[in-house]
Amino acid sequence: MDVPRHWREQIKRYRLVGSKCKKCGKLSYPHRLVCPKCRSREYEEHQFIGRGKIISFTNINSPPKEHRYNLPYAVALVELMEGPVITAQITDARAEELEIGMEVEMVTRKIMEYNEDGIICYGYKFRPIVEYAHP
Amino acid sequence: MSDNVSVIGVGLGKVGEHWEKSLRDLAIESIWMAFEDSGIDKVDALYVGNMSSGQFVEQEHLGALIADFAGLGPIPAVKIEAACGSGGAAFIEGYMAVKSGMYDYVLVTGVEKMTDVLPSKTTSILANASDRDYEAFNGVSFVGLNALVMRRYMHEFNVKREELSIFPVISHKNAPFSKHAMYRKEITLEAVINSPIIADPLTLMDCAPICDGAASVILCSEKKAREFTDNPINVSGVGLATDSLGVHDRVHMTTLSAAVEASKKAYKMAGVGPKDIDILEIHDAFSIMSALSLEDMGFAKKGEGTKMALEGQHYIGGDLPINLYGGLKARGHPVGATGVYQIGELVYSLRGDGRVDAERGLAENIGGSGATISACILERGG
Amino acid sequence: MKPSKAVGIVGYGAYIPKYRIQTTEIARVWGNDPNLVPIREKSVPGSDEDSVTIAIEIARNALMRASIDPRDLRAVWVGSESKPYAVKPTSTIVAEAIAATPFVNAADWEFACKAGSETVQACIAYVGSGMAKYALGIGVDTAQGAPSDALEYTAAAGGAGYIIGSAKESLAVLEGSISYVTDTPDFWRRQHEHYPKHGNRFTGEPSYFRHVISSSKALMEELGTKPDDYTYAIFHQPNRKFPLEVSKILGFGKEKVLDGLVSPYIGNTYAGSALLGLAAVLDKAKEGDKIFCTSYGSGAGSDSFSFEVTDKLAERKVKAPSVKSYIERREEIDYARYARYRKKIRM
Repeated sequence: MDVPRHWREQIKRYRLVGSKCKKCGKLSYPHRLVCPKCRSREYEEHQFIGRGKIISFTNINSPPKEHRYNLPYAVALVELMEGPVITAQITDARAEELEIGMEVEMVTRKIMEYNEDGIICYGYKFRPIVEYAHP
Repeated sequence: MSDNVSVIGVGLGKVGEHWEKSLRDLAIESIWMAFEDSGIDKVDALYVGNMSSGQFVEQEHLGALIADFAGLGPIPAVKIEAACGSGGAAFIEGYMAVKSGMYDYVLVTGVEKMTDVLPSKTTSILANASDRDYEAFNGVSFVGLNALVMRRYMHEFNVKREELSIFPVISHKNAPFSKHAMYRKEITLEAVINSPIIADPLTLMDCAPICDGAASVILCSEKKAREFTDNPINVSGVGLATDSLGVHDRVHMTTLSAAVEASKKAYKMAGVGPKDIDILEIHDAFSIMSALSLEDMGFAKKGEGTKMALEGQHYIGGDLPINLYGGLKARGHPVGATGVYQIGELVYSLRGDGRVDAERGLAENIGGSGATISACILERGG
Repeated sequence: MKPSKAVGIVGYGAYIPKYRIQTTEIARVWGNDPNLVPIREKSVPGSDEDSVTIAIEIARNALMRASIDPRDLRAVWVGSESKPYAVKPTSTIVAEAIAATPFVNAADWEFACKAGSETVQACIAYVGSGMAKYALGIGVDTAQGAPSDALEYTAAAGGAGYIIGSAKESLAVLEGSISYVTDTPDFWRRQHEHYPKHGNRFTGEPSYFRHVISSSKALMEELGTKPDDYTYAIFHQPNRKFPLEVSKILGFGKEKVLDGLVSPYIGNTYAGSALLGLAAVLDKAKEGDKIFCTSYGSGAGSDSFSFEVTDKLAERKVKAPSVKSYIERREEIDYARYARYRKKIRM
């Protein structure tokens, strides 16, 4: 029964909510109870915009078992516009499209599921930005 | 000032896929090899280095299990865990126990039994060394995390993948001599470059193999050690440091700051610097980790970790021989045991195995993607 | 037909997954005549997409256009026949993801392909009664046809959603809405079955045509409007043929339906179908345009809507990706990958 451990992270994962140090303003994702910069324990929730750029990436061919259904997939270090770097999958992109510096946007996708009868875990992934073409 | 601490016994079990042996069989075999090597058969305490017995073989509580089955009696025995850095961390605990005067004889055993589960489960278990909720949850494997660091390194320092491919070649060069190694053969640079991509840019041959193994060393004061030998091998400096668990939280993605910190502590304690190190056992679980380790422990400038390797200086006979018993790549990387294998191998080299005449060596053991790193300096007791 | 308080659409959002399978590829696998395929290609959700993730994309696009605080939404309603959970609401996940929780009504609606439009009608009533300031209704599906069945050629993924608010804030004001429902079993899926069954040609005349025509006629009669009054018309689009034919019968002609006819390019998105067509029309429409829209859901029924576009549409439509940009964002896949993504191969 892995429900509580995913449930308690849901909002942070669905919406990309991290924390902001009330003292020095340092932003963190995932949220931190103690500021890694000034050690203050006062913080507030921070909603990240969900845009950033790829600073490194790899294509996973040999995945942990719970991610097998999703093969092949890319994982990247994404530097958010606001500063923090996070580890996330890149979706809706071919492996050969990826490059360091590529701009990406956050989407909420299915990250993993506990077989056919367990819970489905949703969370953040990033994809190449969808252009706003209008007729 | 308390007495120096010496290593008086080494037992390195054969690394490989031991279908017929259990975790306890492997551990006990190495313990009794170390007893035979040392000339004693009793210790006051046992420290077990192990990463994930609970998940690999569903067995926790290794201290008591191994103490019991090895016939050690009712001694204090605990497991020390720091992912792939468990062995080095356990060794430092054992060192401190002797150094403090608490125990006279201490046994440190590193053991990992990895082959009882399918490879995809192994991948999942190893990923637990990362931030489970914010790295592994998102599908990044342990190999993947190293690939992320490697691509960033290649990008920042304009290094080619093929340049890093030299490290597995160096480790394998020494493997035929290494009786306990998993792969006792040399490999070519082309073989590494052309091996299948596992998580680009990392190839299969950039990665140390999944395997089973156990290694044990026995520690005591130098004074006691001299009752058994005229040439004890002393522990002259140890350092252990940590860094953020997640690669994404590192200030410098391509610096192992725990290696910087740990090696500084070890150098300071030993009163030496990188130039005084004759041989090196580095944590080459992935080729990129070799380059970073050399840089961050002061053997190369940032971005130039491959330079000496490409010049041939890390082979036996070069300025700084590394991984004289095959390293993680050829000896094998039974994760929690690796750090203890490295100590045992340094002892073999310093005792004199006919290949190098080294006074002093350093062993570097990495846990996770660099979140725990230990550095231990051993030298010949005069 | 019309709430006591004037309401309209304050924001809308669409989403279509990027993967496409050519229907000739499906015909190749099953040995059918590639010249007889009903449409060119259909959208396929990626292996990490389902009705929840598509609904979240839709909701975010709608919020961008509406520029409202999600906490002001009093309802997040999702209509779908492809819920990832048989029991457990899709809508709570969507509401949580867009930060509309916790003071919000969330529910999943089911009425085959009409499930989406009925959430919009319910939002109209919810806001029109004064109970809600804003309400979000979404129609979404990742529809599956049985392998080799005629429906496999068109069952697609995508959808659209509408935030309903007061008329003065609206980009299109509602003139009226009506429903027409009978018990007509033309298409169904029993509990625990993977794929739906259908009545073949029975899905046509007594089902689709009878309900779409009756509902459309009733609304125009109530409003006193006629096809000539409308700039655009959208009808549920299981294929290319049906909506064109129904438009002709009703007297809208061909030109008025073409801009909202997306099924030839992406297939039938079931509960998302008519709503996606409406979004495509809004992407194009101008102030003063009148839009007529009728959905159809098997089982069976239709919801009809009449809207008039306001001056607010022009600045809002550019705030999120258009239907056209999603149609153009495409990657072709073969049947094998399609079968894998759709879990037609058991692992």
